[in-house]
Amino acid sequence: MSSRANGVSRPPGWPRIARRAAGLLPQYLVAVVVSVIVVVPILIAVLGGFKTTGELMSQPFRLPAEWLTENYMAVLRLPTFWQQLGNSLFVALGTVALTMGASSLAAFVFARMEFKRRDLVYNFFTIGLMFPLVVAILPLYLIMREIGLNNSLLGVIIVQAAYAVPQSIVILRSFFRALPGDLEDAAKIDGCSEFGFFWRVLIPLSAPAIAANSALGLVVSWNALFLPLVVLDDQSLWTLPLGTMQFQGEHFVEWARTMSFIVIALIPAVLFYFLAGRYIVSGLTRGAVKG
Amino acid sequence: MQNISVRETGLSRQSRRRNPRRTLVIVAFLLPSLILFLLFVIVPMFRAFFTSLFKWNGLGPLEEFIGLGNYQRLLSASPFVEALSHNLVIVGLSLGVQLPLSLGMALLVGRKLPGRAAFRAIFFLPYVVSEVITAYLWRLMLNPRFSMIQVINDLLATIWPSFEPGTWLGDPSRVLTAIFAVLTWQYFGLHMVLYIAGLQQIPEEIEEAARMDGANSLQNLRHIVIPMLSGTIVTSVYLSVLGSLQQFALVWVMTEGGPVGASELVATHMYRGAFVSFQLGYGSAVAVLLFIICLFFSVIYQRLTSRTE
Repeated sequence: MSSRANGVSRPPGWPRIARRAAGLLPQYLVAVVVSVIVVVPILIAVLGGFKTTGELMSQPFRLPAEWLTENYMAVLRLPTFWQQLGNSLFVALGTVALTMGASSLAAFVFARMEFKRRDLVYNFFTIGLMFPLVVAILPLYLIMREIGLNNSLLGVIIVQAAYAVPQSIVILRSFFRALPGDLEDAAKIDGCSEFGFFWRVLIPLSAPAIAANSALGLVVSWNALFLPLVVLDDQSLWTLPLGTMQFQGEHFVEWARTMSFIVIALIPAVLFYFLAGRYIVSGLTRGAVKG
Repeated sequence: MQNISVRETGLSRQSRRRNPRRTLVIVAFLLPSLILFLLFVIVPMFRAFFTSLFKWNGLGPLEEFIGLGNYQRLLSASPFVEALSHNLVIVGLSLGVQLPLSLGMALLVGRKLPGRAAFRAIFFLPYVVSEVITAYLWRLMLNPRFSMIQVINDLLATIWPSFEPGTWLGDPSRVLTAIFAVLTWQYFGLHMVLYIAGLQQIPEEIEEAARMDGANSLQNLRHIVIPMLSGTIVTSVYLSVLGSLQQFALVWVMTEGGPVGASELVATHMYRGAFVSFQLGYGSAVAVLLFIICLFFSVIYQRLTSRTE
């Protein structure tokens, strides 16, 4: 505190507030310009949904001359849109549930139970961090076809979870290990089994790590295109990213229509960001620190 | 890290090592992850290598063994090499432009600027937008019939006098730059967030002390902030390299690799080979090579991080 006062109080006479504001002006300028670049495309899309395509193309920045709701209403009336929304939700929630279920059990074993070659098995899992799904897409497609998981939402869930599990094990293991060992002794004296301790003590205490991991997992699954594109043939199974591509393909030059679809498809993600942004960011930084 | 010391307490300290019930618990708890991991992560890699030794359309039996023929074709014919070179251009631009920009934004809104939380929230927003949606947003922004493109071109012409206005996604010499710009729009917030987390680990006293010794902010950045952020920088570089090598969705939706293959990347090349022209053997060979390239960077990354710990 004192050192900062030293630094600023040298030239007398200048009111501190004014100096500070003047010093910050360039910084604000940069921050505002970058914010505008980030927000403008989204804003144009939101406004564009209320315009005709002609008006959108020629007057992107103006408010709509007449606020048309037809574009948005047409999307909301589409049964396929709601189906795709449901599919995306199902896949995202399923992926996160399976990932967290499988990885927390494994992380518990790696963090708190001793057994022969434990580190070897653990390191084997960490190899998974180097296997991106994109690279394995072809053999995955073949394997899923052979065991009848292609063209199924369950198949997408299982495969996405398989690729999320290693990272999740690494994060949860380090979190579980940091919890004090006395907890476990106390739980045992009270007659808790291993699973009882895991379920009633460890999991509730690890809520921040689990929430962060889950929030990030939801976003990643919600936005995924490659795997659903490859394995889901049946249109009734399509997720929102696939549905967006289909809708745009059908309304190729009607950009106002496409923008309204995009905006509505974006609402759940943005809503989730406002509610759980903290957890998404925390999930990213946790993953990166241990990655 | 906070958990270097392994705690030998609780269940693990018990002398029940050979208790069959305990073994059962360990196996049962590991099993779900192990099955998922083996069946869908490890097995596919071996499958890809095996398939890559055949000429195969994905339908009939796997019988036309051609050894390393697919690899020969891959490395001698230009499409793969060209696609890989496009990935490397994006890697280069990401490391040279996107990451410094992200670090700059982290320094700007990571610490003291009043109102920083709002700016951070805005900068990170594109990360939660799906790549498909981002692609359509920017296809519109860069559409030659859209008057917004005029604004972009005019702006560039003022900053950079020799700039010639024209299309972006339709011009083979510009399309990669345009795609890189869109990738930056989407992901600079992600890297910024990582850098902010790193900055928060630097004790403020160190910089204060340096400032009192007369270091200006540039010297502070060079001699204190960047060295202390080196772990975060390594992670951010790694994520950026791997992300650029695996890029698919944004490019597929924006250009499908066009015009005339000018934005074809390894992943779009693989997808086209396997699922559009049904050459699964060739596609597998592409996948194996991409995997080896990713593995190469992963090994470097692991070495760098295990040394800093």
